Amino acid sequence: MLQQVSHSVGSNALAVEAVDLVKDFDGTRAVDGVSLAVPPGSIYGLLGPNGAGKTTILRMLIGIIDPSSGNRRVLGRERPLEAAQEVGYLPEERGLYPAMHAREAIAFMGALRGLPIAEGRRRADALLAEHNLGDWAKKPIRTLSKGMAQTVQLLGTIIHKPRLIVLDEPFAGLDAINQGRLEELIRRETRAGVTVLFSTHVIAHAERLCESVAIIAKGKVAFDGRVDDARAKLSSIVRLRTRASDGPWRSAFPAGARREGDEWVFELPAAGPEPLLKALIDGGAGIETLAIERPGLHDAFVAIAGSAAAAAMGQEKAQ
Amino acid sequence: MMRFLRSAFVIARRDFGATVLSKTFIFFLIGPLFPLLLGGVFGGIGARVATQTVRPTVAIITESKSFTAIATARERLAAATSDDTVIRVIRYDPEPDLAAQQKRLLASRNPPIQAVLTGWYGSFHLSGDIHKGDPTERQLELILRSAEMGMFPGPPVHVQPTKRMSPASLVKDRALTAQLGEMLLFFLTILLSGMLLSQLIEEKSNKIIEVIAAAVPIDALFVGKLFAMLAASVVGILVWLSAGTLVIELVKSGGVQTLPAPAVGWPGFLVLSVLYFAMSYLLLGAAFLTIGAQAATVREVQTMSMPITFGQVLIFGLASTAVGSPNSATAIGAAIFPLSSPMVMLARAAQEPQWWPHVVAIVWQAAWVALILHIGASMFRKTVLKSGPRRRWWSRKSVA
Repeated sequence: MLQQVSHSVGSNALAVEAVDLVKDFDGTRAVDGVSLAVPPGSIYGLLGPNGAGKTTILRMLIGIIDPSSGNRRVLGRERPLEAAQEVGYLPEERGLYPAMHAREAIAFMGALRGLPIAEGRRRADALLAEHNLGDWAKKPIRTLSKGMAQTVQLLGTIIHKPRLIVLDEPFAGLDAINQGRLEELIRRETRAGVTVLFSTHVIAHAERLCESVAIIAKGKVAFDGRVDDARAKLSSIVRLRTRASDGPWRSAFPAGARREGDEWVFELPAAGPEPLLKALIDGGAGIETLAIERPGLHDAFVAIAGSAAAAAMGQEKAQ
Repeated sequence: MMRFLRSAFVIARRDFGATVLSKTFIFFLIGPLFPLLLGGVFGGIGARVATQTVRPTVAIITESKSFTAIATARERLAAATSDDTVIRVIRYDPEPDLAAQQKRLLASRNPPIQAVLTGWYGSFHLSGDIHKGDPTERQLELILRSAEMGMFPGPPVHVQPTKRMSPASLVKDRALTAQLGEMLLFFLTILLSGMLLSQLIEEKSNKIIEVIAAAVPIDALFVGKLFAMLAASVVGILVWLSAGTLVIELVKSGGVQTLPAPAVGWPGFLVLSVLYFAMSYLLLGAAFLTIGAQAATVREVQTMSMPITFGQVLIFGLASTAVGSPNSATAIGAAIFPLSSPMVMLARAAQEPQWWPHVVAIVWQAAWVALILHIGASMFRKTVLKSGPRRRWWSRKSVA
């Protein structure tokens, strides 16, 4: 039986729930005790470098492969394929039948999820027209550009109006314009009440889109919760420049404050900046500039997953 | 269950359409027609040439009235023997110089005349490239005797047809039907089910397997592919049968009607032929799909083809042992072994009239189709769909 996951949202209301998922491949543990709780109607990101286990987690969640141990529940069903008609899935490695026409490919993907083929064709025509691909509806997939084919596959993922959309590295291979369109599509689906679960190794996408993230490192969940909570794990950074260069007021800086050029850099004290500012002004330091930087998800990721994982993701992003 | 069937139908519809509507399907259809067509054409030409070569011509120098009786007798003999090798006879009016006429006729090349007949009943004279006891001479003798009797017709022979043949000839003839049915089933299956070896290569190479596996059970994928190819094969068979029937009708009258009737009767035999072809295709196809699903490339599929074809021949050999003795231990064993079962049972239908063994066999075979498909789908899930290092079924190692 599925155990209760420790999360603020009740188990019954969760769109996706996983408890202690483990997956071994020929003696190698790819996923190690992953527990997740994805609230309905949310945008939830699996964040981590390549090889962290994101794709394997997604495959287990939607039922392509079974876990070695652990349980998962998708839209209230313990056997994910039973919920297949309410789920849309875009795999990391895109794939369509090259000889199939674009509208047929979309309708076929809908039919796989229980949508009648005639209705699928009708919706495919409308969606293709909406995405400026109406002229390509009756052209074979092999004649489409890579970006067009990706759009066709994405449309096939949502043709049957799923309640849960699972996207594995959806931004990979898309140019900036198409990335923006995809982000907008994800937001639009979420506004309609759809839950979106996606994996990415690009922190910026997760930061822009997600309400909650799970940071995956070496097959384990290093963090699971709201993006704000991840940021809150780090203190804000204060950058302050004084008019005077030295004086007894320096003793007012918190322990750990350091000089970077003309600036003093330190973590925001728990009591806030006011007591420090008062001490500096009273001591005659004078305040030339003051900036309080809220930590980003990248900083939180470095703190949570480690600098090595962050460096790996940076390299992937550069590629 | 409905969802499972619907999923299988979606896969089957896609595969059937992609196969039948492709340009290559035309080649698939016309491929076997070439040997059939060439066989028909050359068979027809050969038959004509053989007839012309084998059938000698005898020139008969006589009056028209006398010749009518001879010609009628010749036709009676040809009809009775159902054989076109009966000598041809051509009449020539007597000329004043009979010797010169004979010499000229024997030298004729169009038509080439083997011998010349002169004289009247009781005193015929045959000359030419012929000797005593020659088949031409014997046939001519029969014709002339028949012609003579034709002037004084004897009592008609009353025919009373009986339904049963003699037991010995019945068993022998039905064994022929059994053997032909078994061979036809074997060749159709070996020709058609091999396609299933490469059926999952497309999905795997296009990466669409992920989309399908996330939406439908792998078992449904296997069932859909299997039935799609069965349907495509049936389309092919219908085309080939139509063409084959046409060629047979063109080349030779009689055709399948001349085959001995099977024990269950022709309608029942044809129904069972369809069912056993389907079962044979599904059984071997399920096995091929299972094996082929493990292959990652076309090269691997090609490597697998030879041993698999050899295995099919062995299965045919096993099934052949049952012909002629359908109740022997070997025959029953071959009927129980699922892969040879359809062929053996079709042969049994030709030889034994009972129906209940066929009901049992079809249920048994269907259960094996389901079992092989299930094993194939499980293997596919375990060895292909997983990420990380692949484990092939032929190099499986136990993991502690």
